[in-house]
Formats: sequence, C-alpha cells, structure tokens
Amino acid sequence: MKFKKPLLMFCTLALVAMLAACGNKDEGSQGSTSGTNNDTAALSGSVLAVGSTALQPLVEQVAQKFMADPKYSKIQVQVQGGGSGTGLTQVAGGQAAIGNSDVFAEEKLKDADADKAKDLIDHQVAVVGIAAVTNPDVGVDSLTKQQLIDIFSGKVKNWKEVGGKDQAIVIVNRPASSGTRKTFEKYALGTSTEDIKGSIQEESSGTVKKIVAENPGAIGYLALSYLDDKVKTVKYDGVEATVDNVKSGDYPVWHMSICTRRASLNQKLKHSLITWLPMKYKKVT
Amino acid sequence: MKAMKEGHVQIERSRSGKFQKHHMEDLIGRSYTMLCVGLLILIIVSIIYFVASKGLATFIQDGVSLGDFLFGSKWDPEGSQGTPVFGVLPFIFGSFATSLLAALIASPLSICASLFMTEIVPSWGKKLLMPVIELLAGIPSVVYGFVGLTVVVPFLRDTFPGQGIGIAAGAIVLSIMILPTITSIATDALSALPRGLKESSFALGATRWQTISKVILPTVMPAVLTGVVLGMARAFGEALAVQMVIGNAPHIPRSLFESTSTLTSAITLDMGNTVMGSVHSNALWSMALALMFMTFVFVLIVRVLERRNRI
Repeated sequence: MKFKKPLLMFCTLALVAMLAACGNKDEGSQGSTSGTNNDTAALSGSVLAVGSTALQPLVEQVAQKFMADPKYSKIQVQVQGGGSGTGLTQVAGGQAAIGNSDVFAEEKLKDADADKAKDLIDHQVAVVGIAAVTNPDVGVDSLTKQQLIDIFSGKVKNWKEVGGKDQAIVIVNRPASSGTRKTFEKYALGTSTEDIKGSIQEESSGTVKKIVAENPGAIGYLALSYLDDKVKTVKYDGVEATVDNVKSGDYPVWHMSICTRRASLNQKLKHSLITWLPMKYKKVT
Repeated sequence: MKAMKEGHVQIERSRSGKFQKHHMEDLIGRSYTMLCVGLLILIIVSIIYFVASKGLATFIQDGVSLGDFLFGSKWDPEGSQGTPVFGVLPFIFGSFATSLLAALIASPLSICASLFMTEIVPSWGKKLLMPVIELLAGIPSVVYGFVGLTVVVPFLRDTFPGQGIGIAAGAIVLSIMILPTITSIATDALSALPRGLKESSFALGATRWQTISKVILPTVMPAVLTGVVLGMARAFGEALAVQMVIGNAPHIPRSLFESTSTLTSAITLDMGNTVMGSVHSNALWSMALALMFMTFVFVLIVRVLERRNRI
C-alpha cells in the first residue's frame, strides 16, 4: 500500500480550491475518458452516494459539478452521510451505487462479510492527514511516537513527564470504530489502544476540537482540515503536520478516502461518476 | 354490544332512507380507525421483531454469552487486545445513574412548581409558569446538549475536581429536560383533586402547609410518581444531549465528574461506523433490545401506579 502514496499525493486540505481549479480543466479530462464518451451521451438515471461524513462535502461538490456537465445532465446524484460503515454496508447490499469510506472495504468487512468486500472496487479519491492536538496550555511542542503510545495507553499520566507543565493528561478519543481513530492508531501509534478509565470519547471531530480547546491538559487527534489556533498542533517525531509534509511523505499519519462501488454495477454508470471523480484530481495534480 | 348497535342502525334505516348516509359514515369511520390501529400494531410488532432478531443474533449467531454481555465491565468491540469483548455493565450503570440522579434533581423542583401553580397562587401562577414549562418541553435535545457542553461542563470543571464531563453533567441536563413531564402530570393530578378534601382540612383548623404536606401530597403521590417514572423513562432514552456531556468512556466511573457512558450514547457513538451484520453492530442492537426491555419495565411500573391511583 505504501508505494502508492506518492502517486496519490493530492490532499483533501486544498480540496475546495482544487475543485475551483479543476473547473477550468474540463477539456483536459475529456481526453482521458474519451473512450466512454459515446456511451455516456445518453445516460440517465440516479446515483446514490452514501457514507463518510468526512468525505461528504467533497463528494457533494463533485456531484454538483458532475450534474452541471451537459453530458451527464440527466443523471441525478444524491449524496448522503451516515458514516463509513453505513456507506460500505449499503453499497455491498445494493442500496447505494457508491459508498464513501475512510477505511478500505477489506478492512471493514471482515470475517463473515469478507465475501461482500470481494465484489467491491475501491477508488482512491483523497488523502486526509491526521495530527495530534493538545490544549494550548500544556506546553508541549513535539511528541515522539513512543511518547504518544505512552500517553494513549495510560502509562504517562502527567504532561511534566513528557516535558510539559504539571498538568494531568486528559485523553480525547474517537469511538473504537472510527476511521480517524483507526488511522491514528495504525500510523501514529503503530498499535491499537484500549479506552482508558477517565478518557473522553466523542463522536465528531468538531466536538473533539471543542473539548481539547477548553479542557486543560487535553490531547486528541484531528484531521488537518479541522486545525486552527484554538488547539495546539503537536509535531510528530519532530515533523510538522502540514499538507506539504504529507505530500512529500515525511509525515506518515494520513489515510486514504475511497469511493467504492460494486464490480457488477451498471457498465455505463461505471464510466461516469466514479471514474470522473478521481480523474479530475489526477489532472489537477 | 356490537349486535345491539347494528340492530339499532338496522331499525333506523328501515324507518327512513335518511340514515343511510350516517350508516355509511359510521362504517367508513370505523374501518378507517381499524386500519390505523392495525397499521400501528403492525409497526410496533415489526419494530420489536426487528430489534429482537438483530439483538438476539449476538447471543445465538456470534456466541456471546448473555452473562458476559450484561455483567461484563469491559467493552472492547474492535478487539484492540486480541478478541473483542462485549460487556455493557458500564453503560447500564451509566444509564441508571444519570436517569435516577436526574429524577432526584427534577422531582422536588417539579412538585414545588406544580404546588405553586395549583395551591399557592393558582390565579397568575399557572398562567405565567405553565407556558414557560411547556416551552422547556419543546426545546430540541441538541440545544440542551450544546448548552450543557458550553455552560454546565465548564462550570462543573471549575467548581469540582475532574473534567466536568460525566454523570453529574448528564444528570443536570436531563433533569431540565424531564422537568416539564413531571410538572405537567403533577399539576393535572393536583387540579383534579376534589375541593372537599382541602376544605375539610382547612375546616379542621389545619394551616396551608399542614394541608399540603398531610392531605394533598399523600393523596396525589401515586400520580406524581407516575410522572417521575415517565420522566425517568425519557431520561433513560435520551441519547444526543447526554452523549455530548457525558464523555463516553466505557467504564464505570469513580466519581460523578469522570467520563462514562450510557446505553443510548454508546449506540449513537458507534452506529454509523459499524457494518450491518458484524458482531459489533449486533452488540449495539442487543443494547437497543435492553433499552426497549427497560422501557417496557417503566410502562409496567406506570400501569401499576395508575391502578393504585384509582383506588
């Protein structure tokens, strides 16, 4: 998986800006999909895209551009949230044409559901970087991987043990099933952690940010798009969490956002939205 | 009874053609209500069937033991240390602790408010206070949660040791939410009280306080308790507002100000991220089944109280 990283170095952070930019590049993308132009000319129908709320704004924007394209004007695209799990379940079950997910289908649909995943094809559309954030007052600028592991596994309970103030550490986690948490555990910690007594779990990144900003001694993790002055972004092993560092491969904590579809999906539709989506981005980068 | 009614219609119809229309209306009305009731029963039965079939799959299909599920205190659905563990005791504890505490805070307030409205200043008290309390019932739970997170949690954090998040914050938010339920039921019971009771108490020379504490309150107690139980049922089922202020750590807390979780908040927290049919998702359904079972128990208690009320 790692070797694909440089290929897909288009970052979600600048997504909106990219969308604005790619609007001008319609002609460029037509060349690459020219083989299907004749098929798509008469396309009509509706497409339902369900899943990750993190990916939803992006897909919504793309869907609007897609529908604005005269070639696809007869196709209605509906975008809904509901979470990565919902997206994968619905696309595997056939209720939705496209499932948006922050986790690969194979990772989520395990054991009994493994068969469902075989029929799904992932399209990688975006990269989301995730950074550890703390309350601005804890006085820590950079944390090593080992320090983060110690904090999130409950071994280190006070900020002074990692060079900060004398302040108890409050962990703000996402739920165990969250894609953001899985990514953070996999790439930043390298191990999965239990929920420690006294730790806080919040369903949305927005609430995590609010709690980390207000609660003295709090530490959490957020997608790069959520970061601002209210929380302190901590360097990971001395590397700053920025779009450029994700692009260059120096900053390792990020995940791929995918749009899945069933392999058996209508042949014509296959060539429309789902290929259209990543196509645009490849052109931009 | 039915035969009598139909016979009655038959006679009237034979007397004059005018009643034909009424007869039709009666028939349409009856079949319409029957249809609605039938649909309602169908919906209820299918919800129960759906939740039960999903919820029981955890035990039948996935082989989680019921004892471990209900009394296990470790919740690790994704198996961070190897095998997934599903113990929902912390959630059950959290649900009971928050709703009981909420009822404890809200009951005295609501009972006093309804006494104020019916006994102490019935003239303007009811006119002024009732709309305000009804307004409380209309505020969406997300607003309560947001206010709780921005006002109650920081206040508790600064006043007491701990993070401010936890059972205390949840109970305070819930107590305001269930205030209208208890108040309106208690007010109804108090206004339905026969005047004679109060008047004879006054005639015997009792003061207002003696009348309220010795005569009125004991008489309306079952009705007030019904209100308290209904309020608790609402608190038990509330998810959003609680989830925002309780912290959601799957552990039994050591203090009122430590992060913990309830059945409802645990379900909403993980719902969107689990895949339908997986063990994790089934475990959430089992928790929903437990919640539904608790609601039945609450309804049962209310029924028993109502029966006592009639005597």
